[in-house]
Amino acid sequence: MSISAPRGLASSGQKPITEILHPLSAAEEPLSPGPDVTVSGGRDKEVGLTNGTPVETPSPASASVLFNRLQLDDDLDSDGRDPYADTETHDLFVTVDDPKKHVSTMETYITYRVSTKTTRIEFDLPEYSVRRRYQDFDWLRTKLEDSQPTHLIPPLPEKFVMKGVVDRFSEEFVETRMKALDKFLKRVADHPVLSFNPHLNAFLSAKDLNKRQGLALLSKVGESVKNVAGGYKLRVRPPEFCAMGEYLDTFNQKLGTIDRIAQRILKEQSEYLTELREYGTVYASWAGSEEELQRPLEGVAGCVTTCCGALEDMSENMGQDFLPVLREYILYIESMKNVLRKRDQSQAEYEGRLEAAVLRKQEDRTPIPAEVEKCQDKMECFNADLKADWERWQSNKRQDFKQLLTGMADKNVTHYEKCQAAWESLITLLQDKQTEDKTKSEGRRYKGHEVNPDSEGHHADQNERGVAAAASKPDDTYVTVFHKSLHEVFGS
Amino acid sequence: MADSVSSEEVAVISNTDITSTESENNIINTMVERGTALLRKLEINVAEAEKRTGKNTVNMQETYTVYLIEIRPAETEGGTPAAPDTLWRRYSEFELLRTYLLVTYPYIIIPPLPEKRAEFVWHKLSADNLDPDFVERRRVGLENFLLRVASHPVLSNDKIFFLFLTEEKGWRDAVLETGFQDKADSRLKSLSAMFRVKNPDKRFTALKQYSDELNSVISQLLRIRARVADRLYGVYKVHGNYGRVFSEWSAIEKEMGDGLQSAGHHMDTYAASIDDILEEEEHFADQLKEYLFYTDAVRSVCRKHELIQYELEMAAQDLAQKKQQKEELATGTVRIFSLKGMTSKLFGQESPEQKESRLAALEQSIQEGEETVKEKNTECQQFVRAAWDDIEHFKEQKDKDLREALISYAIMQISMCKKGIQVWSNAKECFSKM
Repeated sequence: MSISAPRGLASSGQKPITEILHPLSAAEEPLSPGPDVTVSGGRDKEVGLTNGTPVETPSPASASVLFNRLQLDDDLDSDGRDPYADTETHDLFVTVDDPKKHVSTMETYITYRVSTKTTRIEFDLPEYSVRRRYQDFDWLRTKLEDSQPTHLIPPLPEKFVMKGVVDRFSEEFVETRMKALDKFLKRVADHPVLSFNPHLNAFLSAKDLNKRQGLALLSKVGESVKNVAGGYKLRVRPPEFCAMGEYLDTFNQKLGTIDRIAQRILKEQSEYLTELREYGTVYASWAGSEEELQRPLEGVAGCVTTCCGALEDMSENMGQDFLPVLREYILYIESMKNVLRKRDQSQAEYEGRLEAAVLRKQEDRTPIPAEVEKCQDKMECFNADLKADWERWQSNKRQDFKQLLTGMADKNVTHYEKCQAAWESLITLLQDKQTEDKTKSEGRRYKGHEVNPDSEGHHADQNERGVAAAASKPDDTYVTVFHKSLHEVFGS
Repeated sequence: MADSVSSEEVAVISNTDITSTESENNIINTMVERGTALLRKLEINVAEAEKRTGKNTVNMQETYTVYLIEIRPAETEGGTPAAPDTLWRRYSEFELLRTYLLVTYPYIIIPPLPEKRAEFVWHKLSADNLDPDFVERRRVGLENFLLRVASHPVLSNDKIFFLFLTEEKGWRDAVLETGFQDKADSRLKSLSAMFRVKNPDKRFTALKQYSDELNSVISQLLRIRARVADRLYGVYKVHGNYGRVFSEWSAIEKEMGDGLQSAGHHMDTYAASIDDILEEEEHFADQLKEYLFYTDAVRSVCRKHELIQYELEMAAQDLAQKKQQKEELATGTVRIFSLKGMTSKLFGQESPEQKESRLAALEQSIQEGEETVKEKNTECQQFVRAAWDDIEHFKEQKDKDLREALISYAIMQISMCKKGIQVWSNAKECFSKM
């Protein structure tokens, strides 16, 4: 790795802290000497990918381009993903992208670029660009959880991966994790309370994150001790929180089932795909021993190939888009249960103190101390925060699943449409051949077109159908189908 | 029946129903209108199948299926359709008929029967011979066989075939009376003898090679199709689990509940739709199977040609040998060592009279040999001519049938896609209402 100079700089002041290994991080990857931080506009470092791809130099100009892109992304997202994007003023935009692999003698890890654009006065500059690695995100989440215990903190993607099963540095894994980190950070930045957390500010803007990390570790220990201590049995849990717990249990169970079904479908589809490919090959080889039937058989082989391509596209999309959302929500449920547990503790603390106070009051008739009232306030605040976050989460969840499932249906429809178009053009080929006689060049052209894998997705699909409709005599089926899909594209 | 041979039109049975919505029952009516004399006069159906139990030849109880053959005079203009004549036949009787045709018309590609046992099945399909779906597909196949024979320019005029359709009881005796079995046996004997034809007809060699190729490619295709069907079935059925889980999930949701619930129903529909889709596809498999079995019929014609060619070559060889003997006798030279040469050396030269009479006998036998060669030559030529006519006819029919089969397969695929689009669009609507 060619970034030794800045790394040396960043890590020089932090030796004592790096000695304290994070109990979690130690298991997966040794703690890095320090995250690589690139402040926007700084030219002090050039991070290179190990494969030698040159990296763009961050500059204010590119940051503004980035911001434009961000806004565009957000506009696209706003209809589904972020219902609050419309109702709340959006003045903090964050994005996680551009993963880079860092190799040193000590360790190998991935950093991601975290870009920020904001108008908030809490930030000194309107835009930042820093590089963070997974454990920095983990630090942020821990800090948020500690400083905002009454709030639901969005989940991070799983830290642990099965070694040997998943390649941590594979493009696919890094891409999926990057998307999940992006989702996490966007959810935090969109949250009315969490987005004002100073730790977030530091995470997004600070060149150096590590001094704070030391504090985080210490307070974390205190917190976990408190967690263990809270074994008090509640007298009465308010029904709405009971319902939340029950909801989460059921939801968790259903999500698990859906996850298993989705994975099973992917497996079945990939096996189907394998057989289907061979099926197409046999048609092609049959075509070799026929004269009159050669082109029809080649046509069928082409159709099967097109269907294989369409299926492959769909499976790939499902694997990349569908499963991660399910994972995120399965993790979300854990976070949610965690907050519920903390709420119970808060209630327990209040009830315990109240009981003690009542007992004392009966003995010596002293008034209920302010301390108990403070506890009550705290619990009520907790309840209110939790309820608000619950509502927000429910609403997000509804939007997310609506989008997810609609997307699934859409992908299936698209897949079938592609297949249908291929088979329809085959029929024209077969019937044309039957009636009038074969002008060979045209037949070849037609076939070549139809075998051509449809790489541009929906638009290419439209195109193909258009050609099919134009090439055949105006056929009602084509025209209606064509118009229908045009309508789908432009009408809505 | 045998009075008019109408071969001016090539009669081809179209057993592909173009619109996939029509069930396979409609194959009955998909005959090409042009037909042979027999089909102009008669309508032939295999109307239904029935399970029966009876004692077989070794007095064991057995269950078998009989098929109802209906024939009725073709509709004359203005006339009311007459009541059909009906009779029952077992599969084994169809087999007997086909064997008879195979022996009697060696130069004709005899249409194949549907499979005796279900082959190339995917796992959800029953391989049981008495399974109603299998019996139904076989009924369709048997009808198709009868129609193919009835529309064949030569076979349709066969008397035994006509009796098969009309005489339930006396038919079996009539077939056996033709003595075809003796013929078959002698043929079989000569078939089983390894014969090597010296000058094979290139056209038949090519045809044999083609039918081998076709046989292997179709059986490969059928095997893979069965696997594809298995996998597709899996994909659809696993989606059915969404139906259940969506419905269960909907119970704990407020706003999302209704949408989930009804989307779950659509997932159930989706999972259920594969049953019909694959059942329909089985018809395509049957069409392929018919041609798989046709390859055997083609090979059988090739084999019979080889046999005739072989007989001709043997006769010619025999003749050449006799001619050589005559030459030897006349000139007195013995080219090859022979027993005769030995005896003449041992016992002295034969008398000129003896030589004369032997020469005369040889002359006689050479003449006979020439007759035989001529006869065999004519037979062979006739066979080739007749066979080639039928092969051309077959090729044309095959190209047409398979093209139509592919079209109807494509239509099936389109209808599957349409069903898929329909279900998923419905589901999408439910999801977007959540």
